[in-house]
Amino acid sequence: MSAEFPIVFDPTTFDNRRRQPHEFAEIARMIRRDIIKSLVLAGSGHSGGPLGSTDIFAVLYFGGYMRYNPHDWWTPRDRFVLSAGHMCPVLYATLANTGAFPKEELRTLRKYNSRLQGHPGRDMGLPGIETSTGSLGQGISIAVGMAMADKLLDKNGYRVFTLTGDGELQEGSVWEAAMAASNFKLDNFCWIIDNNDCQIDGRVHDVMNIYPLQDKCRAFGFDVVTANGHDYAELCAAFDRFIANSEQRCGKPTAIIAKTLMGKGVSFMEDRYEWHGKPPTWEQARIALGELGEDIPESVEA
Amino acid sequence: MSEPFTLRGSKPTRQGFGEGLVVLGERYDNVVVLGGDITGSVMTSLFKERFPDRFFSIGVAEQNATTIAAGLALSGKIPFFASYGAFCALRNADQLRISVCYNEVNVKIGGGHAGISVGPDGATHQVLEEIAYLRTLPHMTLVVPCDYLEAKKATIAIGEMVGPAYIRFGRAAVPFFTRDDTPFELGKAQVFRDGSDVALVACGAMVWESLVAAEKLAQRGIRARVINVSTIKPFDVQTIVDAARQCGAIVTAEEHQVHAGLGGAVAEVVAKNYPVPIEFVGVKDTFGGSGEPEELMEKFGLTWKEIYAAALVAMERRDRGFIGYRAVKEVPRYEELPIGSDGQPVA
Repeated sequence: MSAEFPIVFDPTTFDNRRRQPHEFAEIARMIRRDIIKSLVLAGSGHSGGPLGSTDIFAVLYFGGYMRYNPHDWWTPRDRFVLSAGHMCPVLYATLANTGAFPKEELRTLRKYNSRLQGHPGRDMGLPGIETSTGSLGQGISIAVGMAMADKLLDKNGYRVFTLTGDGELQEGSVWEAAMAASNFKLDNFCWIIDNNDCQIDGRVHDVMNIYPLQDKCRAFGFDVVTANGHDYAELCAAFDRFIANSEQRCGKPTAIIAKTLMGKGVSFMEDRYEWHGKPPTWEQARIALGELGEDIPESVEA
Repeated sequence: MSEPFTLRGSKPTRQGFGEGLVVLGERYDNVVVLGGDITGSVMTSLFKERFPDRFFSIGVAEQNATTIAAGLALSGKIPFFASYGAFCALRNADQLRISVCYNEVNVKIGGGHAGISVGPDGATHQVLEEIAYLRTLPHMTLVVPCDYLEAKKATIAIGEMVGPAYIRFGRAAVPFFTRDDTPFELGKAQVFRDGSDVALVACGAMVWESLVAAEKLAQRGIRARVINVSTIKPFDVQTIVDAARQCGAIVTAEEHQVHAGLGGAVAEVVAKNYPVPIEFVGVKDTFGGSGEPEELMEKFGLTWKEIYAAALVAMERRDRGFIGYRAVKEVPRYEELPIGSDGQPVA
């Protein structure tokens, strides 16, 4: 049995100006620490996917690519739909760091009556949660519906981002959504694929092969960009390409295939599918936080 | 209802749905319709022709259409998606559960080809199970209109309420008998014929069959109350409890499996509040098949005759003290009922 230690959430100040790639590293480290903290407090939940996709969230929310005001959800805004709902610890940690809700609330992840449900629940009214997700393959279709509403009807010019896992692509309805996105020429639609090749049962290509992914997305009518999901310059370039596609009304949706490592940032979790659906123990959390730049002295007791 | 209903003709309920959508389109700019390839059959084609800019063809992809509708609703639209009930209530069951009902979004589903009266298409297309599923979904409103005109009223009503809703309608032309002034209200069951000897509780096309059965029963002095449960969820508990208390015997009738549909809803309410004998008329744990609607309704026991026979049995069980009395008893076929001294069939 390892000892619990006090969890302290560092304050944050949000602005979503355009940043230079190197500026995202510290933001991502902060989000990763908050993921570890909320998961160890929850005692259950998904570690691998959230840590692996943190850099994508840092660039998307802190790089000015998502146009929204965390204190005003009424004026037209860009939308983000987390289709892979189980990865919500990274979404919660990111939103908290933008100031959408108090960071202290991260302590309530997966707890009774919490707004931070085990999978995002719109009924709880957490700012920044546009829709309930958790049943794989549905969020991307909801995002297509949102993109249609603006592109084909309202024409306010907002953009819709959605992130799916790669195991999620085994759900057939994902491809129904992809078909519709290009059918309706939704150039305001950006599909991010968190491609870590891990799912609960093993490697994605072993459980059910989804490759070749680029060819599939291209065949479904997407402008496809591949990026190292931990390289901020490549992620910025990928999102820049989507913004350009959208501004030029190219008539094609954009797919960003982000190559990631599950559990990125924590040595003993990296690229290990065993970390898909479990939280760290307190001792593992102490080590993980140390690797992420926050030393917890051994002597500290709760 | 004081004024008795008379047959005004024969029209499919899907036509009421299609016409109701056009009325909604005229009233509200944010009503949009999603097509699932069979737009002529479920009559969303009427909306498509009238408002082409607000009609979107999603193709044969009911899971996607349901979730796209959720996204449109989250963006302030009032989306209707219509297909056959087999595909837009059951194939997309998880999408309805999570993206529509858990999300509590303003999505409306029109489920056609309901019941055995679909006819020649056969079992795959004759959905007989979706009432059971849909009425267990939190936040869902489920409407089963009894004829063409009520289908039109119900379509407009679910478009004007906020929240997930499903309307069930059929393919075949069925008796058309309600009038403009016939009361319709979401969440309210309507007494279509008064009586206190037995209550015939029905939905959809079985309401007319119940009215016919009530007329036949009246010929031998039995006054049957006919209740049209046009909204199955939320369920009008009071009207059913009143019927149990005042009639003491109930028959339910639906073009659906006898399990867990309207009959199940009535049984839950009656068992809890005022237990009385109930007989269930519906499809008895079997799949449908090809044929003409009328011959199928006969074959699967969905006519006034089954309601009539069930009413006699329910009243008999009531009169003999139903607790423990012939607990397992099948309702005899109408033709097999013994003839009483008055020359009429008896239980």
